[in-house]
Amino acid sequence: MLKIENLHVRVAGKDILKGLDLQVKAGEVHAIMGPNGAGKSTLGNVLAGRAGYEVSAGSIHFEGGNLLELEPEERAAAGVFLAFQYPVEIPGVNNTYFLRAALNAQRKRRGEAELDSMQFLKRVREKLAVLHLKDELLHRAVNEGFSGGEKKRNEIFQMALLEPKLAILDETDSGLDIDALKMVADGVNAMRDPARAFVVITHYQRLLDYIVPDFVHVLADGRIVESGDKSLALKLEEHGYSWIAERKLAGAA
Amino acid sequence: MATGFLEPLIAEGATLAGGQAGWLGRVRANALAQLARDGMPAARSEAWKYTSLRALAQRAYQRGDSDAAGRSIDAGLLALPGVDGPRLVFVNGAFRADLSRIEPIDGLQLHTLSQVLESDADSLQGPLSRSFDDAADVFARLNTALAGDGPVIRVAAGRRDLPLVHLVLIGAAASTELAWHLRGIIEVGEGAALRVVEHHVGESGQAHFGNLLTQIAVAAGGRLDLLQVQNSSESASLFRRSEARLAADAQLEMRSIEAGTAWLRHDLAVTLAGDRSRFVSRGVFALRGRQHADTRLDVRHAARDTACDIVWRGVADQRSRGVFHGAITVNPGADGSDAQLSNKNLLLSAQAEIDSQPVLEIYADEVKAAHGATVGQLDEQALFYLRSRGLSAQQARSLLTLAFCRIAFDSIENTALREHVDALLLERLPEEVEEFASEGAPA
Repeated sequence: MLKIENLHVRVAGKDILKGLDLQVKAGEVHAIMGPNGAGKSTLGNVLAGRAGYEVSAGSIHFEGGNLLELEPEERAAAGVFLAFQYPVEIPGVNNTYFLRAALNAQRKRRGEAELDSMQFLKRVREKLAVLHLKDELLHRAVNEGFSGGEKKRNEIFQMALLEPKLAILDETDSGLDIDALKMVADGVNAMRDPARAFVVITHYQRLLDYIVPDFVHVLADGRIVESGDKSLALKLEEHGYSWIAERKLAGAA
Repeated sequence: MATGFLEPLIAEGATLAGGQAGWLGRVRANALAQLARDGMPAARSEAWKYTSLRALAQRAYQRGDSDAAGRSIDAGLLALPGVDGPRLVFVNGAFRADLSRIEPIDGLQLHTLSQVLESDADSLQGPLSRSFDDAADVFARLNTALAGDGPVIRVAAGRRDLPLVHLVLIGAAASTELAWHLRGIIEVGEGAALRVVEHHVGESGQAHFGNLLTQIAVAAGGRLDLLQVQNSSESASLFRRSEARLAADAQLEMRSIEAGTAWLRHDLAVTLAGDRSRFVSRGVFALRGRQHADTRLDVRHAARDTACDIVWRGVADQRSRGVFHGAITVNPGADGSDAQLSNKNLLLSAQAEIDSQPVLEIYADEVKAAHGATVGQLDEQALFYLRSRGLSAQQARSLLTLAFCRIAFDSIENTALREHVDALLLERLPEEVEEFASEGAPA
């Protein structure tokens, strides 16, 4: 589904990703872990198409097509979703109205029929129940005055509603207490599907107790330096990221 | 020195004033003499710093519309969703009884200025004797000299829960370009409450010059809610001056939506004359093409513990130009005053321009005052967020722009009316996105 090869990315003149390779197949959950500054969020932003991230070498293919040629809204319609590390507050824009506009814009671009308000609300109710979100959030402006936990749950709610093929969760666990973390994980697990893939970017192993990954990758200094199964996350938790650096040194010697 | 704009109007005013005796004749003759003496304000006039009068001064308009009574008006033009109470309609500056809806309501007087001048002229001597001694007030002087009609709305002491009064000012197509002058009077009695919509609309293409001067007085403990929805033709020119004087514990809440006209000047002058009186102003102008809108607020705290709370938004696209001047003066002795002014502006094009000028002058002690003004562009983070969810760049821009404007009117309680304003503004944004309009403002 997703194939990243030798990806080099510069941000504000600085090399952040330096030859990253990653392959994700439908149905898989990949965790990307790594120390601060390794380039984890850069990866998420490049996949979603944020401006200011210059791809200086390498390629990203999504479902066989060149993802880098697409505008952010085209990527969304193609099925790419980024749950933001810092969801943006948009005063004056009603949450429901924004979501319906977004969903219908995607559907229109894909040549599907747009949903009317009854169909849309039915879908909203189903997804709200899964995420234990209050109706009241829907009537408020997008993320405005939401607590940190509400913002992150709103991201997962949007994901549930938009039903992407590839969901990238950028440190969705940061700032969450254990209850909110479980709700977010429940929301993600409910969406696991043979046709859908997840890339879960996180600094801590904790989230992976609840969203159990098929693969764990360690991103350090702009590259994936270690890959393994879920046990790799536990080792990292035990030994810290310095363990990877030491192992690499040992390997080189 | 007279000019192409003023000359014919002064001449017609002189003919008009010839037969008038008494105080009104003297007031009008005085205004004409001032106009003849001072002409148009000089280019360096501070009050007209950002709005050139040169083009207007060279245009000649015919005073009034002799065919106004017979012009057919599409009913849809004057309708406002959620508004179905009493209505006063003026077409090209002339009252149209046939389009108006005036039922007797206890404690609410709805008249025209010409009616009151015939039946009870002396009751208007106070407001109509107002003279404008600054040469910058050229249009107010013209209004004083030429306005023979306009709405007169009066509420008796203690009357509340009255229906919303709809005041419609229509610019109708005519074979020549017309100048109309109307004088409005709104008086709210002690402890009374009134809601009014001042609604400007125009048939497209008509390029008249309108001049509406409204004098508002709210007596002790009274309250007026005034919504101004200005959606005149984008070829029209409009001068509006709204003056208000608030007695003790009186409150005025104004919401101003400026969408139409090629050239607009809105002077909003409020005096907080009584202790604990309060003025709230919310407003927005949304401009495109070569529209020019100049809003000038002048609020004076003249009593103790008075408050003003002003929030305005401006949006300028293409080659349009917006001006916001917000002046607040706290008089000596007006202790305990609270003055808040915020003006944020959004430029949607590199050729558009907005000038914002907040001015605070404080001569009292123990005053709480804050003001802020910004001119900026749409937030890139928010744009990306919306696009990452599937909205096109253009949809995202329109949605964010509308959201930016909404603070000016999201407190309108009448849902149908609020949604109408929403749709009105959306229509003017870069790309119309119909599904947004259908769901209205946030609940």
